[in-house]
Amino acid sequence: MTTPFYVSPQQAMADRADYARKGIARGRSVVVLTYADGILFVAENYSRALHKISEIYDRIAFAAVGKYNEFENLRIGGVRYADIRGYSYARNDVTARGLANVYAQTLGTIFSSGGEKPYEVELIVAEVGAAPEDDQIYRLTYDGSVADEHNYVAMGGNVEQITDQLKRRHREGLSLEEALKVAVDALSRDGVGEKRSITASQLEVATLDRTRPQQRKFKRLVGGQLNRLLGEVEPTGEAAAEEGAAEAAPETASEAGEE
Amino acid sequence: MEANTRGTGRLPAAFLTPGSSSFAEFLDAYRPELLPARRTPPLQPVTIEAPHGTTIVTATFDGGVVMAGDRRATMGNLIAQRDIEKVFPADEYSVVGIAGTAGLAVEMVRLFQVELEHYEKIEGTTLSLEGKANRLSQMIRGNLGMAMQGLAVVPLFAGFDVDGGVGRIFSYDVTGGRSEEHGFHAVGSGSLFARGALKKLYRSGLDADGIVQVCIQALYDAADDDSATGGPDLTRRIFPVVTLVTEDGIRRLSSDEVGAIVRTVVNARMDAPDGPTAPLT
Repeated sequence: MTTPFYVSPQQAMADRADYARKGIARGRSVVVLTYADGILFVAENYSRALHKISEIYDRIAFAAVGKYNEFENLRIGGVRYADIRGYSYARNDVTARGLANVYAQTLGTIFSSGGEKPYEVELIVAEVGAAPEDDQIYRLTYDGSVADEHNYVAMGGNVEQITDQLKRRHREGLSLEEALKVAVDALSRDGVGEKRSITASQLEVATLDRTRPQQRKFKRLVGGQLNRLLGEVEPTGEAAAEEGAAEAAPETASEAGEE
Repeated sequence: MEANTRGTGRLPAAFLTPGSSSFAEFLDAYRPELLPARRTPPLQPVTIEAPHGTTIVTATFDGGVVMAGDRRATMGNLIAQRDIEKVFPADEYSVVGIAGTAGLAVEMVRLFQVELEHYEKIEGTTLSLEGKANRLSQMIRGNLGMAMQGLAVVPLFAGFDVDGGVGRIFSYDVTGGRSEEHGFHAVGSGSLFARGALKKLYRSGLDADGIVQVCIQALYDAADDDSATGGPDLTRRIFPVVTLVTEDGIRRLSSDEVGAIVRTVVNARMDAPDGPTAPLT
């Protein structure tokens, strides 16, 4: 018979948090930001079929990083929650706030229960409003804490660099092209602030567009449409000149060097 | 009631368990009382009249399909409602029209809409048109007990088959039996007359405008001979609901668009009350 080691609750929680955080930091990042017509979701994702961004309900979408099977479970749970609620009450009664609460309770309970391993996930639940000031973005972490974010948010690996970049570049009323450029630029910063190039095929992009005539505002941007949007914003010609030669020149050099 | 009022407020285990992509199957396991199919049919046939929806017509053309419905709901010999809607979008590429007990039919359509959307969200892809038609079949079958007691629901389903690039029509009987119709079809109390009109006026090669006109003529004929089918209400400006499904998705024609066609049809009937004639050979 061995006596079990005593582990203080502080230590146990710190270990669990550390475990979850490490799992999340390994993943590629997701960026969510507002633009003039709604909310834009951009993820670095090499898979065509396994999504990090998806539709939950009419005006609500979901983005996640971390362990796929865990956030996929939460996503399906969220769709079921929203559809039951909308079916038994009314479509307007499904809100991002309600969904964020349910997710927070779920993640919080799992994190604090001794029996289950903590989920290695971070989620964003966003709802597009009728006007830009009604847009809501909630960020949920592995331990069930919820933050009400404004304008932009990043999660996954490298969040500091990415958030820094978003903070510098994001402003209210960006067009879709501009917002996409800001997001892709931010995502392409690596751990030490160097820039990589990310192509359309490595991106998963979707919007919640309040101007969409349909009741369901979620729209994936794929194929030609995404290429067009990205093509127009590539830092060539005028765009590069605006950026300033000092910034553009070393980037071009480093990209050329890699090839 | 819903998820967040139970227990600790976390999603119940059932929500996080991988399983069916069907909303109805999930409800059946989790909240069966919300399913229309779980309702106990009345022991005796229902003698109190519930509002009934009447005539729905549909026809295909090159590049899509049109569905139109009159606006009358009847309760026995009374008009229960003058502006009821009986043609609903099922999803982006399909439309469902209902005849029969209005209350049950509208509920079935609501469940069907959520079912299709739910599948799409969970799977990340839409069901095939056949798949949607079969799902509706199962829902009608679930209502068989009610149908036997006089509360029947008979929908008509049409959509644009994205894979084949054509409009298709599916009709049903009360037991959920499904059959694909070619060209045109009608259901409801005025459908006998509507179908006669469609048969005489329908021809291949018509464009969307032409097909809409054929459908409005057919509805006029149904209203002409069936008391339960409402004619165009020019004084109140209540016109049939007309929905067009094409490659671009579903579009409901505006009241002004339908009103213009209705006025042409009604004006022509001032001279020829029986409508356009078909050649003898």
